[in-house]
Amino acid sequence: MRARVFVTLKPSVFDPQGTTVTEALHSLGYDTVKDVRQGKYFELEIEAASADEARRLASEAADKLLANPVIESYRIEI
Amino acid sequence: MRFAVVVFPGSNCDHDALYAVEHVLGQTAAFVWHKDTSLGDADAVILPGGFAYGDYLRTGAIARFSPIMQAIKTFAAAGGPVIGICNGFQVLLEAGLLPGAMLRNRSVRFQCEHVYVKVEQTDTPFTLACAPGQVLRLPIAHGEGNYYAEPDVIARLEQQRQVVFRYTTAQGAATAEANPNGSVHNIAGLCNEARNVVGLMPHPERACELALGSADGLVMFKSVLQAINGVGSHLSRTLSPR
Repeated sequence: MRARVFVTLKPSVFDPQGTTVTEALHSLGYDTVKDVRQGKYFELEIEAASADEARRLASEAADKLLANPVIESYRIEI
Repeated sequence: MRFAVVVFPGSNCDHDALYAVEHVLGQTAAFVWHKDTSLGDADAVILPGGFAYGDYLRTGAIARFSPIMQAIKTFAAAGGPVIGICNGFQVLLEAGLLPGAMLRNRSVRFQCEHVYVKVEQTDTPFTLACAPGQVLRLPIAHGEGNYYAEPDVIARLEQQRQVVFRYTTAQGAATAEANPNGSVHNIAGLCNEARNVVGLMPHPERACELALGSADGLVMFKSVLQAINGVGSHLSRTLSPR
């Protein structure tokens, strides 16, 4: 089973990389792009009997390692 | 006095730290591999700078699971002096031994330069020989030194005097221009509540001899020597187990 984990900076946390990408897009003429937030994307191949089990394991992995709760939050898709 | 210098795969300031301790401070130091489970008979622990595990995922994120980290947590909980320098500081943050996290520098550049930091607390084992408010000229070399914590955490750190080092001008003013990376409140380093665990982004070990452009970092190594030898009597409380 494949779990997709999306890790993003919390809305309150400044994202210097996202800001730089926004500015780069503006310099390319994409003025309608108002903001970019950069994050991380993980694909986890998990041996699990059910989607719930895979989600539980992916969530545990995100809590322990994939995301830093001080600055990041995550969401999971199975 | 014996120092343990922890070596992770990707550490690159481990030899600098060992050199500062052995050849400048005149004490003994030993490397401890990250897969070791004991710090031996070390009196103090240094987590050096570098790029542990290539900074994969996040700085310090994988190093925090190294076997040696359990021994470091036990050593720290017993009041032993632990210092994390640059990447070592990032490891301490990820391991939860110090609060907060690091973001990419505001400039999105790897900042490599000498900066000024003010010593705001002298009741830690690594600053006890400093004069209150002393300004040190130390090198920084990092891409992710933009310290962040939630506002309530910052308020608590300030109230409990856990901000040990702040980026300032040469005169000690914490201005926006003196802040090289965007750290909240110009924070360059902090300590835990028990004050025996200290982390900072600047490199005191690279500033222990005038030939290196500054010898201002040596006072931090002299501090921990005094702390262990009992010269700083007001620190005996800090260093005894809680």
